[in-house]
Amino acid sequence: MLIDDYDPLKGKRLQILKETGTVIKTLEPQLEEDVLLKAYRTMVLTRAADDKAVKLQRQGRLGAYPPGLGQEASQLGPAMALDKNDWLIWAFREMGALIWKGVPLWRQFLYWMGNEEGNNFPDGIRVTPTSVPVGSQILHAVGISYASKIKKEGSVALVYFGDGGSSEGDFHEGLNMAGVLNTPTVFVCQNNQYAISMRRAKQTASQTIAQKALAYGFEGIQVDGNDLLALYAATKEAVDRARNGEGPTLIESFTYRRGDHTTSDDASRYRPEKEVTEWEKRDPILRFRKYLEKKKLWDDEKEKKLLDEIQDEVERCVAKAEAYHKPSIEDIFKHTYAEMPPELKDQMDRLQQREGSE
Amino acid sequence: MKMNMVSAINLALHQEMERDETVVVMGEDVGVDGGVFRVTEGLIEKFGPDRVIDTPLSESGIVGTAIGMAMNGLRPVAEMQFMGFSYLSLNQMITHAARMRNRTRGRLSVPMVLRMPYGGGVKALEHHSESTEALYAQIPGLKVVVPSSPKQAKGLLTSSIRDPDPVVFLEPKRSYRLIKEEVPEEAYTIPIGKARVMQEGDDVTVVGWGAMLPLIETATKKLEDISAEIIDLRSISPMDTETILESVKKTGRVVVVQEAPRSFGVGAEISARIMEKSVLHLEAPVERVAAPDITVPLPRSEDYYYINPDRIMRGIAKVMEF
Ligand SMILES: Cc1ncc(C[n+]2csc(CCOP(=O)(O)OP(=O)(O)O)c2C)c(N)n1
Repeated sequence: MLIDDYDPLKGKRLQILKETGTVIKTLEPQLEEDVLLKAYRTMVLTRAADDKAVKLQRQGRLGAYPPGLGQEASQLGPAMALDKNDWLIWAFREMGALIWKGVPLWRQFLYWMGNEEGNNFPDGIRVTPTSVPVGSQILHAVGISYASKIKKEGSVALVYFGDGGSSEGDFHEGLNMAGVLNTPTVFVCQNNQYAISMRRAKQTASQTIAQKALAYGFEGIQVDGNDLLALYAATKEAVDRARNGEGPTLIESFTYRRGDHTTSDDASRYRPEKEVTEWEKRDPILRFRKYLEKKKLWDDEKEKKLLDEIQDEVERCVAKAEAYHKPSIEDIFKHTYAEMPPELKDQMDRLQQREGSE
Repeated sequence: MKMNMVSAINLALHQEMERDETVVVMGEDVGVDGGVFRVTEGLIEKFGPDRVIDTPLSESGIVGTAIGMAMNGLRPVAEMQFMGFSYLSLNQMITHAARMRNRTRGRLSVPMVLRMPYGGGVKALEHHSESTEALYAQIPGLKVVVPSSPKQAKGLLTSSIRDPDPVVFLEPKRSYRLIKEEVPEEAYTIPIGKARVMQEGDDVTVVGWGAMLPLIETATKKLEDISAEIIDLRSISPMDTETILESVKKTGRVVVVQEAPRSFGVGAEISARIMEKSVLHLEAPVERVAAPDITVPLPRSEDYYYINPDRIMRGIAKVMEF
């Protein structure tokens, strides 16, 4: 059992796929070929879409955006361990996880372009909207999974947050509550070493974030956050445990944010370039590609074809988001309550009249 | 059956939990202890610890978790022990509960109730006497409901639990055991967003909510030759402007009684609405009887601060003599 064996207090970190693309055979998860290929495609798509979003922001076609460069595996691996009925609760940097869960990419562009309709996901996709206030979504996952537990739904809630998020009160209240209520929750901390400019070491004096789970009465594990297989395997085990009534788990995904915090940030002010280049060598996508190549599932020709395909897909999604109709006055009013109170209707009518007469 | 507000709320909780198994009650001490005011007494025995959740001391935790539960099909009724401690969870109410429906374009909603005792007049400790309903009422997406009597409390809480949106349900702790009245045994609802004319009158409209109503009644009984119309607002947000304006048409004079500090409060909002829609019916400026804009004093000085029938009478005299 991975989680029991990787006691965070003993300073152990789970890695299955090495930087060279070789695996630890005994730990290698048994995933179907098509799942492996889809995972690779999703990471490549995430990187391309992310890169596009940054460019669009520079051109003034999209608002401030938090890039996920280098965190593709950290985002995707945990999401891959979820079933359709499981919930995914994210922070703001998890584009790849959303793609895997079936949230249309064009909607994600639409959201970052500043339209709430971007959060309007297709029916049956159990994904919450972004949570901009750091850490506050952690509690929602506890509540969602509690509901699942008492409704005997069998679903699990997985929540992402950052190392910065682990300093917020809601993190402690969430983990504490989950431990006490024994909820089927999987906490995934994407420790990308920074919260804006603040280093991980300035967030907490504890050696790992994973070890904090022990204080709340459940298990924690630190995983190589650039190793898709390790993330998948650890999360799968945590999800299975949660589903079996064995309660929550905290997973610390040890990774690195290679981009700026958001497009409004300049990471060179607080981050040595050398550090970034060091982490480039551990690139999660490249590593996974080597693994596929060793398995004879991938080659240069396939890569080229995929990149072309993905370029098209990203462009199509951007075009679709940009073509989406401008929000109306009614759009901004209508979802405030299930039924619009008279005073609000009045205010809406007045605004419509004013805008109409201009 | 005659009962006080605590029993009426307790009965509403029993009935709604019975009627709908997605209703859950949660908070500090709400289970085995039955709540610090005994409002949730007997629930855990009947519905078990899965549906009556004794939570850690964790206000943001309670509300944030309730939001999640509501997003996944439950109807949590979360309790804050005192309104003065709800600020620890205000972030969750404002940044999530209030806007989830809007930001998901109606896909996810948060049908939760946040119940809490509010207000003073009971010589309580610091942070136990606040009346900050305006704080919640300013947040689009939240509803704010304040019952004034046992019968009102039962019907309004039932509606709040069944409401598809987040409701902040403020219980005037001063009135918890003060009044006993006939309360229907069976479940019933009182619509949110509708005020009630508690007493008809021709000369002056007196508007209040929660613990102010018994004081308004006492004050108006003492009036000679002045016939007061009393409006129990019941719901702060959405607010029933219509009922107020109808009354202003008839009386031309308005006194708003709020136990909260005077500035930026609900009284100011009522006054503004009357100015916007009914200024020509006014015979005098709208008068606010309110607390001063100061921290609620400790019990020794509470009487200086708290509204009493004399102050209400002086307010009425002022608009009558204008
Ligand atoms: C409650 C709150 N405080 C401050 C901010 C401003 N802020 C946005 S992101 C961020 C850093 C978050 O760091 P972390 O949780 O490690 O996630 P990362 O950005 O590294 O993915 C801060 C301080 C916020 N959004 N919410």
